[in-house]
Amino acid sequence: MADAVTSDALPPVTVNILTGFLGSGKTSLLKRLLAQPDLKDSAVLINEFGEIGIDHFLIEEVDEDVVLLKSGCICCTIRGDLKEALLDLDQRRAAGRVPAFGRLILETTGLADPAPIVATLVADPALRHHFRIGNIVTVVDAVNGARNLDAHPESVRQAAVADRLILSKTDLADAETVDLVERRLAALNPTADIIRLDESRTPDVSLFTGDIHDAGARRDEVARWLVSETVEQHHHHGRPDVSRHGDVRAFLLASPTPLDWARFGLWLSMLLNRHGTEVLRIKGLLSIRGVDSPVVVQGVQHLIHKPVHLDAWPDGVAGTRIVVIAQGLDPALVRRSFKAFVDPPAGHQTT
Amino acid sequence: MNTMCGLCGTFGTADHWTDGLGEGAALSPSAERRRRASVANEVLGHYGLKLTEWANRFTLTGRTGKSAVVDRFGAIWTEAERLTGRTCDPLDPAVIEAMEARQRAGGHG
Repeated sequence: MADAVTSDALPPVTVNILTGFLGSGKTSLLKRLLAQPDLKDSAVLINEFGEIGIDHFLIEEVDEDVVLLKSGCICCTIRGDLKEALLDLDQRRAAGRVPAFGRLILETTGLADPAPIVATLVADPALRHHFRIGNIVTVVDAVNGARNLDAHPESVRQAAVADRLILSKTDLADAETVDLVERRLAALNPTADIIRLDESRTPDVSLFTGDIHDAGARRDEVARWLVSETVEQHHHHGRPDVSRHGDVRAFLLASPTPLDWARFGLWLSMLLNRHGTEVLRIKGLLSIRGVDSPVVVQGVQHLIHKPVHLDAWPDGVAGTRIVVIAQGLDPALVRRSFKAFVDPPAGHQTT
Repeated sequence: MNTMCGLCGTFGTADHWTDGLGEGAALSPSAERRRRASVANEVLGHYGLKLTEWANRFTLTGRTGKSAVVDRFGAIWTEAERLTGRTCDPLDPAVIEAMEARQRAGGHG
């Protein structure tokens, strides 16, 4: 089936949010990424040039806020607020005043909650047609990661919304500590791929490139979410040490029979209207009545991507499975509500 | 001028994310809206509200006749809360019980 995402004349720029707590190694990761020719069609939006030390990557200064780097990518600073920076960059791209770029890597400050950034990109009428959200990459350092998760809610939220979790500084922590942080991250966000990285390794650009918008990577991406089912079972059957994240929990909603899309849409809209700030991430593969292919639905807080289709069930098993990562919601109550709203009335199974 | 509701925001289009999928996709746009309204009314009835398909959009009406135009499916709940002054929470046990009772009754409870 055709992709449900409509295409404009100019393809939208994919925005990758790169986040991570203070001192997690975001800037170090970005520095290594900037040197890679594979990112030549990218723009990087950072807070200040000084933080990243771009001098030895620099080819040309386009103007005060924009520089061209040896790798071919352009690096820009955020002057004023994010929306203005994005609009400005988009206008320069349209006018040919900066090299055309198809990807934008946006580095957040260490204390940022990525969800409002997503909201800025999606809710603003001037931005939403020019940008789309790609992978959210969160850096967690192996040395201080567990302490940050315990002490700072921002750190938990950053990890919860991630599509890729980079476990950094793995060479500076002992194996047991690294394993523990990794297990905690897997419990907190079972849908994200966790990649261990130390200073000696160059991160792969597929961190950013392989996402749900890429029809070729989509099946593998969704297959990764489905592994979450086994992770949730760990919550129930042991390892209580890894599931302490305040009141953030990952849980699964499942239905073996095809759903009525109107009922599902009504329920999720109602849930997100009231609890959108508590639903940190939702990723689901749905079986919908009247639709012959699996439907992928995902979102961040109250913002839902336009659904897309898969050609086939990644694991060969048909049936709805939705992973929800939420703060302060009782999984049993959400499951009961889902069933009460989405299951058809008795005797109406085939309407 | 329309105010963009965050809930209606989707990545790439101005439509609501629920548009154009499922069994309703095979219906005419107005028939699809009528079908959606019928499904929504199973829940909205709990709040004394009724959704009706009207001129490419919906109207939401309360028992006292107070009503609002709803452009997009995703805006139903903000309007419902505004009209009734109540929160519409799908995790409210009373609402869940009402929906469960309705299911048991075959959609007519």
